[in-house]
Amino acid sequence: MKLKGSEIIMESLLREGVDVMFGYPGGAILPTYDAMSQYEDRLHHVLVRHEQGASHMADGYARATGKVGVCIATSGPGATNLVTGLATAMMDSSGIVAITGQVPIPAIGSDAFQETDVTGVTLPITKHNYLVTDVRELAYTIKEAFHIARTGRPGPVLVDVPKDVQIAETEFIWPEDDVVLPGYDPPWAADDEEINAALRLIAEAERPIILAGHGIMMSGAMNELRELAERAQIPVSLTLLGKGAMPEDHPLVIGMMGMHGEASSNLAIQEADLLLALGMRFDDRVTGNLKTYAQKAKKIHIDIDRSEINKNVKADVGIAGDLKTVLTQLLPRLEGKSHPAWIGRIRDWLEDSSERDILNYETPGILLTAQVVNDIWKLTGGDAITVTDVGQHQMLEAQYYPHQRPSTLLTSGGLGTMGFGFPAAIGAKFGAPDEEIWAIVGDGGFQMTLCEMATAAQENVNVNIAIINNNFLGMVRQWQELFFEKRYQATPMVNPDFCKLADAYGIPNRCVTKRDEIEDAVRFAQSIDGPALIEFVVEKEEMVYPMVPAGADLHDMKRRPKPGEA
Amino acid sequence: MADVKTGSKVTVVALVENEPGVLNRIASLFRRRAFNIDSLTVGRTHKPHISRMTIRVEAGPEYARKIATNLQKLVNVIDVRIIDNEPHVERDLALIKVRNDDADSRNTITEICDRYPARIVDVGPKVAIIEIVGTEAIIEEFIEQVQPTGIVEMIRTGVVSMGRGTRIHDTNFINRRTLLEAAAKARNGNGRIV
Ligand SMILES: Cc1ncc(C[n+]2csc(CCOP(=O)(O)OP(=O)(O)O)c2C)c(N)n1
Ligand SMILES: [Mg+2]
Repeated sequence: MKLKGSEIIMESLLREGVDVMFGYPGGAILPTYDAMSQYEDRLHHVLVRHEQGASHMADGYARATGKVGVCIATSGPGATNLVTGLATAMMDSSGIVAITGQVPIPAIGSDAFQETDVTGVTLPITKHNYLVTDVRELAYTIKEAFHIARTGRPGPVLVDVPKDVQIAETEFIWPEDDVVLPGYDPPWAADDEEINAALRLIAEAERPIILAGHGIMMSGAMNELRELAERAQIPVSLTLLGKGAMPEDHPLVIGMMGMHGEASSNLAIQEADLLLALGMRFDDRVTGNLKTYAQKAKKIHIDIDRSEINKNVKADVGIAGDLKTVLTQLLPRLEGKSHPAWIGRIRDWLEDSSERDILNYETPGILLTAQVVNDIWKLTGGDAITVTDVGQHQMLEAQYYPHQRPSTLLTSGGLGTMGFGFPAAIGAKFGAPDEEIWAIVGDGGFQMTLCEMATAAQENVNVNIAIINNNFLGMVRQWQELFFEKRYQATPMVNPDFCKLADAYGIPNRCVTKRDEIEDAVRFAQSIDGPALIEFVVEKEEMVYPMVPAGADLHDMKRRPKPGEA
Repeated sequence: MADVKTGSKVTVVALVENEPGVLNRIASLFRRRAFNIDSLTVGRTHKPHISRMTIRVEAGPEYARKIATNLQKLVNVIDVRIIDNEPHVERDLALIKVRNDDADSRNTITEICDRYPARIVDVGPKVAIIEIVGTEAIIEEFIEQVQPTGIVEMIRTGVVSMGRGTRIHDTNFINRRTLLEAAAKARNGNGRIV
């Protein structure tokens, strides 16, 4: 049967199992929007209010489900508005496919109206991209795009489709066979020698620590990780994106690592004699100064991306492979071990941390972000999917909302994209309609993508928005306080009345200024079948501790003084 | 990307799909990762859908590995090898225009050319063009020799390399293009897809 390019796009998306896409129309993508009407019952289109929102929604959908998220935009400005979302997805290995309209082929290169070299612009921030120049290649290209987005180390793939290709007709043949990509073969298993070498290092270690990253969840290796940790009694430290890789109430989990990680984790890394780095990439936010990082430790690094191994930290044993596969190879031969003295030491550090915990302070009359986050944790039974924005509230979420299940904290780690949280939460809800979703966002970041309130209202998306309003670009203010003598240049904000704004969009809302109002407000939001917004007016000049200043040694943390010490 | 450069050079050979934009992807990767390249050549192979690149980089083995693993990640890059440790043939070609306006220089040049795999391919009253083909080292040596006579213009192609003997860099790949062409042919008896 002959179909138009636009129809082939729809048919191909359906065959890839897509049921929702996030987008915004315009001239060069109009034929595809026209074809959508025939498919609306099977392929729901969510009209966003800014294409950046569409890319974050696709990303949130992908992170919540492990499936590929789809966004769609017109040429030129529509496509360039996707850029931030693509870069965000690239840095955090999130599998999304972006379809963009392009000017007709004969106009390409002529600076036509709304022409942008989108494959050129997005080249370094996509895993791969395509400009389709023949309608007969369209179906195959879309199949390839999904394959590349979801396999190996996932990432964003963009397919740029000129308007005339959307209009042209051809026989629609869905390639049933696997795609043929001679240059694409993500590593899979380890060889025996590598497994032996890893086992030897584990057997010899007296102070081992596992660094568990996002890769655990993308590979689905949660059970294998747990078995490894339990059998060899190795404490587990998590990266920000690794939260959920192992239940955080597990006695072997010693908290997040890095700039705002638990002191126990950072100290343990510096004292360890073996790092088992699993599906993480030694980002500078987790290592601090590389020259002094984990100097006493041998390193085993397992990651699906070959180029990550030996990139930042030299590995004694580097294995490029799929984590679940490699751990499954390793486990049958792993001997049981115990490290009571080592674990005892870490416990002492943990105890010291809990004495400094802000929740153990008397703070009459003020509301703290940590309290808000921790109360939301309690009131959601610790079982919601939380989606954060970027800043102090993000780090405090990571510290005060322990996650038990994989993929229940969605946050922009690698790029640190303000404006990510709210749209990503909307996308997550489409992917996981049965989950309770909380967008925990700062007053700054929320204002970057708050136009998506209209999307949430139009689609009646059941997301709860918690705005942590400190009237500051809080994280930047924290740096100014610590490193720029409190010169608060361009960080105080005069904000709109968020509740009135919510009213304008028809979104039920509450404003909370005291701790004893939190429960009522959270229960209220939970009771609404649709979007709800709570503004939490918190202390303006809170600090996030511990903090490893950028580039400092990982053990060189600024700590909150203990009560009575200050 | 932090890595000490050693002053030594490595040769990376890559087979890539002959698709629009591939060179752009590779150039973008090198720029983004701050890999410094000495020379990069691309040319066709005996398979129309596969091109071959030789990349010379001033780097140690560690750095070369980084380049190779990053290149490998590009979807259009089929195969990457660092070939310094295997016996191989290496060739660079230079065209050098030299001053030729007196008997002395004419003689010197002819004399130097006799000692190298070089020949004079164009002679005029004022200048001559020399063509030299050889390893990078030989060409560099040659340039040093003719330098005093006065080089007025020069171009080098960059190194191309090939493993000796049966070290065959396999080009037996099918890709989407070959596949779709075959399918189109099977359907309607004609047809290159462009
Ligand atoms: C798009 C973007 N611009 C700038 C920054 C730099 N930045 C990091 S955190 C931050 C402040 C965030 O303020 P807010 O959203 O109010 O959150 P808070 O830190 O107060 O919790 C800024 C400006 C960023 N991460 N992303
Ligand atoms: Mg703020």
